[in-house]
Amino acid sequence: MRLRVYLTFDESTVREPLIWKLAKEFDVVTNIRTAEVKDHMGLVGLEIDGEDAVVESATEWLAEQGVKVAPIEQDVIEG
Amino acid sequence: MNIVRALKCRECGQEYDIQPTHVCEFCFGPLEVVYDYEKLDGYFTRELIESRPQTMWRYKELLPIDGEPTVGAQNGFTPLVRAKNLEKALGVSELYIKNDSVCYPTLSFKDRVVSVALSKAVEFGFKTVACASTGNLAGSVAANAAAAGLESYVFIPHDLEQGKVLGAGIFGTRIIGIKGKYDDVNRLCSEVAGKYGWAFVNVNVRPFYAEGSKSLGYEVMEQLGWKAPKHIVVPMASGSLCTKIHKSIKEFIQLGLIEDNGTAMYGAQATGCSPIAKSVKDGTDLIHPVIADTIAKSLAIGNPADGYYANRVINETDGWAEDISDEEVVDAMKLLAETEGIFAETAGGVTLGCAKKMIESGKLPRDESIVLCITGNGLKTQEAVVDAITKPRIIDASLKDFDALAEADGFEAAA
Repeated sequence: MRLRVYLTFDESTVREPLIWKLAKEFDVVTNIRTAEVKDHMGLVGLEIDGEDAVVESATEWLAEQGVKVAPIEQDVIEG
Repeated sequence: MNIVRALKCRECGQEYDIQPTHVCEFCFGPLEVVYDYEKLDGYFTRELIESRPQTMWRYKELLPIDGEPTVGAQNGFTPLVRAKNLEKALGVSELYIKNDSVCYPTLSFKDRVVSVALSKAVEFGFKTVACASTGNLAGSVAANAAAAGLESYVFIPHDLEQGKVLGAGIFGTRIIGIKGKYDDVNRLCSEVAGKYGWAFVNVNVRPFYAEGSKSLGYEVMEQLGWKAPKHIVVPMASGSLCTKIHKSIKEFIQLGLIEDNGTAMYGAQATGCSPIAKSVKDGTDLIHPVIADTIAKSLAIGNPADGYYANRVINETDGWAEDISDEEVVDAMKLLAETEGIFAETAGGVTLGCAKKMIESGKLPRDESIVLCITGNGLKTQEAVVDAITKPRIIDASLKDFDALAEADGFEAAA
């Protein structure tokens, strides 16, 4: 599957090379499509390509590292 | 006359043919409908608009449909109320309420966006429409789909209050309750939208859906006598309404229908879910997602898709954003009801409460025209105020008992 997500990094994760680590830990192809990084947070639009189960594990790992993983639509549940 | 040109990425400018898609394949930026306005030169006049029925479709050339609407043909054109009593209460000179709490057919401004989304879905050939919602959107999709003869799916958190389930269920929609944390529910909805061949109103047809909000802005300008107010206060959830009202004003200026009044946009949020207001106050354009915790459920979007763009509109127009506590929301709901006879939902309390705070802080001038956008009906969020309203005084069925009560209130019986 090719998953498209927005990753939000907070102050504690914004300086970490987590996308590099992700590609080391999991057999996925990562492709940054957009990024904005500031002192206290970062936002990255990322494509993650690989086997379904591996992509699933990769996104769970990112969340465990403290990164918010959201669909590129962001919040779709409206009031 | 159809003047829609394309879908255009708000980030990189890439253009796409009109189709049910919402994200730029190059940079993941959101897509927006763009128009060839010059085609309307000499045609789209005040007189033409005024000659049409009083619905949101009197501005149909500026909405992204082909020809006539097939869904929600009666929607829109809600009252713009001069709020004289509220003016006195707030100490301002010119205040209006755009009252979408009486929007047809489901009493919220969502009927505007849904009728555009579903009309477009019919054009695209969809037979089934869907949404993920905790309230107003669910009801509007279900009702408008029922009236249009479309199948509909509504996704909700499994523990949503019964009253809100009823607001969609009565229309015969297929309601799916999803267990799990908010982020998991959200992600599933996104995946469903991508997998099934449905028109998911705020996902794959979102560019068209969002354009429906502009009709609220057009109406305000026409109802003010073809001019824009100096200040508009809007509630913010995704932030889309703020950006689209601003777009509506720019379009009317470009088309020569109004003069540029230098209108400033102001955003209102509840403190328990205020990522956009916080970004404005912090002077940054990065929106930090939050976990929502507020009684203003219809604004509880912690990771708002249009937050960045709302932030930009607010800054570009020299507006501001504010947030208030849940207690202030309830107080403002009561104030609006007691001064103007308008029972707004919690989001309306947020809008008025934030406006009050901005007037007191000087961010909103007291001597210039202000429009407050009330977007939903209080009958849908009664639980928020049930403990705050005046309780009835109980008496026996005896005139003597009532006479005593009336005397205590300062009334005397007529001779």
